[in-house]
Amino acid sequence: MNSVDIDDVQKKIQVEKINLFYGQNQALYDIDLQVKPNTVAALIGPSGCGKSTFLRTLNRMNDLIEGVTITGNVYVDGENIYEPNTDIVFLRKRVGMVFQRPNPFPMSVYDNIAYGPRIHGIKKKAVLDEIVEKSLIQAVLWDEVKDRLHKSAMSLSGGQQQRLCIGRLLAVEPDVVLMDEPTSALDPISTLKIEELTQSLKERYTIIIVTHNMQQAARISDETFFFLNGYLIESGDTDRIFTAPKDPRTEDYITGRFG
Amino acid sequence: MDTRSSFHNSIEELQADVLKMGTLVEEAIYQAVKSLAKMDVKLAAEVVAQDDKIDEMTISIEEKCLRLIALQQPMAGDLRVIGMALKIATDLERIADHAVDIAKTTVRLSGETLVKPLIDIPRMADMAKDMLRESLTAYVERNVERAEALADKDDAVDKLYSTIFEEIIELMGTDRSTNRQLTHLLMVARYLERVADRATNIGEWVIYMVNGKRKDLNL
Repeated sequence: MNSVDIDDVQKKIQVEKINLFYGQNQALYDIDLQVKPNTVAALIGPSGCGKSTFLRTLNRMNDLIEGVTITGNVYVDGENIYEPNTDIVFLRKRVGMVFQRPNPFPMSVYDNIAYGPRIHGIKKKAVLDEIVEKSLIQAVLWDEVKDRLHKSAMSLSGGQQQRLCIGRLLAVEPDVVLMDEPTSALDPISTLKIEELTQSLKERYTIIIVTHNMQQAARISDETFFFLNGYLIESGDTDRIFTAPKDPRTEDYITGRFG
Repeated sequence: MDTRSSFHNSIEELQADVLKMGTLVEEAIYQAVKSLAKMDVKLAAEVVAQDDKIDEMTISIEEKCLRLIALQQPMAGDLRVIGMALKIATDLERIADHAVDIAKTTVRLSGETLVKPLIDIPRMADMAKDMLRESLTAYVERNVERAEALADKDDAVDKLYSTIFEEIIELMGTDRSTNRQLTHLLMVARYLERVADRATNIGEWVIYMVNGKRKDLNL
């Protein structure tokens, strides 16, 4: 293995000089960063700092918003996802996303999980059964729903719905899981369950999470990225960022000296 | 705008408590050595009695630190201030214990005439006390250079300790009662050397508190 290969292994995601504009307004400035495989990366910063916008550049969700222009490159496993011939559907399968509010489909628990695999052409019941069970086990929801797989997903609690959405995403076997404030609508116990879940999921996936809760970032992430006014101000090992940040702006933000 | 001003006020109070404790400890060392040089048993007893108050302060600082950690989830510079307050309080408490050790030596030697007037031990005590004061000043001023300067001062104390050690060995002879007194004085010198080491530790905690960097001053 030559040195280039070693570098690639170290970078699940590599972002080069991303600039993003909403019409005339620039929202992201020259963002450069890398995320290692099988780690949890946390994006923190005050409201409007660009962290959610940045998260959405990683699976081209911003393409759906009118008037957005993006320059720069994002590589997932060394492949530039901003190449014109990128298969967007396949990209979003590889780089899945969990949102602030759980958004289960108004169908059964089983059908929610089977939805993605069915779209990708899997029809055999035995195979789907296996995928549903495996995904729900990985999402740490199986024990709670195994006896009501054919009940409506809408009957689950908020925390269960969010884990269902994570399970639905895992069913299509992504590489990267993006989470945009996944616990902001959940109670503390459900929040801790999702946090625990990230720790088991990182064995198989790479996770990037946007969170307003700094203790959450500190508890679950390996690396932390601090955004302010569209700039990436500081990044590094989470334990260092939360004990001895280098940039005074990071210090001020995480100690609550501005907000 | 400070969005956590009541928390940050509590941190200021914590630092004031540490400083207050430091001042008491400095006084304890000063009085302990004075009691020995003057063979003043009453003063020595006061030093011993005062130690309870210092122990109470240690506990109060520890409790404040743990409460702030549990209730406020401090981060970064705030976390370092609180963590280092715990370390500094521990070192101060141990320095106060050495003051008690020295005061108890006064009591043990009471009624005896000293083999020779104490010169080097009070000198060493001044140096150690000066280091403690410097470490506390560095703490208050968040002054890294001042903290770093403790390394050289500690070397000077170590040197004087070696001199005292050699001198006492030379004075030791066949007279058992003199040997007993000399051994006590040797231990006093050792306590003072430890006080200087603890002051140097405080300097290290100040550096880490200010800039998050580890520096070994006790080489």
